Amino acid sequence: MKVEHLASKEEDEKRGTVKVVNGRYKPSGLFHYISLNTPIKDENGTLMGITNPRDMTYIHSYGGEAVFFEGLGKGKLIASRCDNPDCVTKGSIYMPFRIHCPDCLAKNTPVDITDRARGGNVHSFMITERTGAFNTLPTPIKFVNVEFEGVCTILMGALAVGEPKMDMKVTPIFRTGDPQYIITDMLWVPVGTPADQLPEHYTF
Amino acid sequence: MITFSDKQLKIPNMQRPVYLVTGGMSKFGRAFPGTRTEELVIDAMTEAAEFIGMTPAKLKEYIHTCYYGHFADHFGDQLLGESVIHDRLGLDPLGNIGIKTGGATGGSTLWEAYKTVASGYSDCVLAMGWERMDEVPTDEGNSLISCAADKDWETPMGHIYTGYYAVMAQKYWQVFGKEEASFRRTLAEIAVKNRGYARMNPHAQGPMKITVEDVLNSPVVAYPLLALDCCLMSVGAACGILADEKTAFEMCDNPLRIDVTAGSHTLRVADRRDMEIPLLPNETKEQYADLGERFPGGDRYPGFTGFLAARMAAYYAYKLVGIQDPTDDLDLVELHDAFTISDIQSYEDIGIRPYGEGRTYVESGDCFHTNPITGEPGKLPANISGGLIGNMHAVGATGIMQVVEVAHHMWNRWGEMHGSQEKWDKFGREKPADWKDMQVKGAKRGLAISHAGVGSHVTCTILQHPDHLLKGGE
Repeated sequence: MKVEHLASKEEDEKRGTVKVVNGRYKPSGLFHYISLNTPIKDENGTLMGITNPRDMTYIHSYGGEAVFFEGLGKGKLIASRCDNPDCVTKGSIYMPFRIHCPDCLAKNTPVDITDRARGGNVHSFMITERTGAFNTLPTPIKFVNVEFEGVCTILMGALAVGEPKMDMKVTPIFRTGDPQYIITDMLWVPVGTPADQLPEHYTF
Repeated sequence: MITFSDKQLKIPNMQRPVYLVTGGMSKFGRAFPGTRTEELVIDAMTEAAEFIGMTPAKLKEYIHTCYYGHFADHFGDQLLGESVIHDRLGLDPLGNIGIKTGGATGGSTLWEAYKTVASGYSDCVLAMGWERMDEVPTDEGNSLISCAADKDWETPMGHIYTGYYAVMAQKYWQVFGKEEASFRRTLAEIAVKNRGYARMNPHAQGPMKITVEDVLNSPVVAYPLLALDCCLMSVGAACGILADEKTAFEMCDNPLRIDVTAGSHTLRVADRRDMEIPLLPNETKEQYADLGERFPGGDRYPGFTGFLAARMAAYYAYKLVGIQDPTDDLDLVELHDAFTISDIQSYEDIGIRPYGEGRTYVESGDCFHTNPITGEPGKLPANISGGLIGNMHAVGATGIMQVVEVAHHMWNRWGEMHGSQEKWDKFGREKPADWKDMQVKGAKRGLAISHAGVGSHVTCTILQHPDHLLKGGE
């Protein structure tokens, strides 16, 4: 399996980039490409409408979840835990990472569950050939919903090797080489998958 | 195990009764290259006015507040699309607001309109919904829809919302369907039924005369979901006019009592936590004690197999109006059949059948207009409009379309509104030679479920004939 993220390196290099300086976004480079509209006509040449080409780049903050997405590139699965002694669900561990406890709204504590996630159990799965535009996962896409001991939620991810089935044991792999800092920096493989079967850039 | 407080579980106590006065719909289709959205909206509004013998101008004189259900701004590349429509409808200077709750947008629009009348703020409210999903290629449309999932945790994975739901379908299929071929055929029966019913509906986008085998042989989308198990992607508009009692009877002779409730659950299925099943009036805790034994894996609630939002919308609605058992107390329903399997899940969430036994609603023949086993009228016909699978899923309009369809039966005007040759001709659709009046005879109470995605929002609308109100509502 090979994971392609964008059409070409050259295209990437033309795109704008952003830094944060003194608490403000500092964009530089090209953030949108301007194209002319084109007419839409019917068989008789009658005008029906126009195309509206649009190519732009959004800027998005990870805020308190940044620790999770940064952790993926370092081979870490960072969950969060409510440590508020007054919370009725104190001690609950959340994966997906939640910045705040959904019950008491106190700030959760990041916790490394990488080891716990190795041998996670597949609660459900899905295989589809269909994707939307901008998909970067290879098809067919195989989702697995993985439950971990002591975690109160069930994480959705993509299986990179093999065929999914209920209750199979899986382990996370991380895009530690050339991380993209998105959720697909973490994929899943069946426990026992040899390292040489992992996709390019991914490690255990 | 999470719990909810008594205050959260309080049954709504409305200040005054609310009535549905009229409703209207446009033609529904996959694409309308020659039609602007405002034209579809005005078609719906005009139908609603004519239904009660008014001109659109006369109807507008009654309206005091406007709610607009329009889910996906980014499809049309037009923020404040609601303001465009409000202007084109010529409804200045009335207060108006847009409603967005994914697939439940139509139901949520009615919910807001309902509360506005019930509170006394307005005596007459417009609830108008529409969607425009034809102005991008399908794969871009799929990507745009996937933006309704979590942008960081889900959307990058395939940009395909169907996949985020399909993991739930897979779980239900394996736990409660037990991967049985007979269950797979039951799912197909729903697709055959709803597409067949759509043949009698001139508004419908996806009418088909098909067999169970056709469904089973259709391409795999994400097993067990096949292409013909899935709903349509549509363009169109629908509206309802809600009013207080005095105004409603001034506008028409036979308004229907309407009540709308809502529930919610996590946007990401991944965030669902375990809880006890909130019980409906026709259920007991004991009946679910052995659920995990009968259906291994089925004892985790709501897990991936139930929709808490639908359960809670029904919980509030049933206690509000006095429903003890939906199958006994209702005459027809319109459910959110985004997929055949989610249709079955809904039967359980709203108590038509207990959890784990949804399939029996189909297999008994109860959900059909005419029970195929007995030849008698179905006990509680479902989705006679064709539903989302056969009629349409123009997201912002869907929940309103469902309520208008139920109301047509209760007004005993379904045949008139669906059989008129003039309408078939106007829509450029051929009326089937075997067209049949699907009017549910004597319908006095009906329900519609409007549902978002993997269950983030669900509304439950109950219509009752004012002379046949249930007793015991809170």
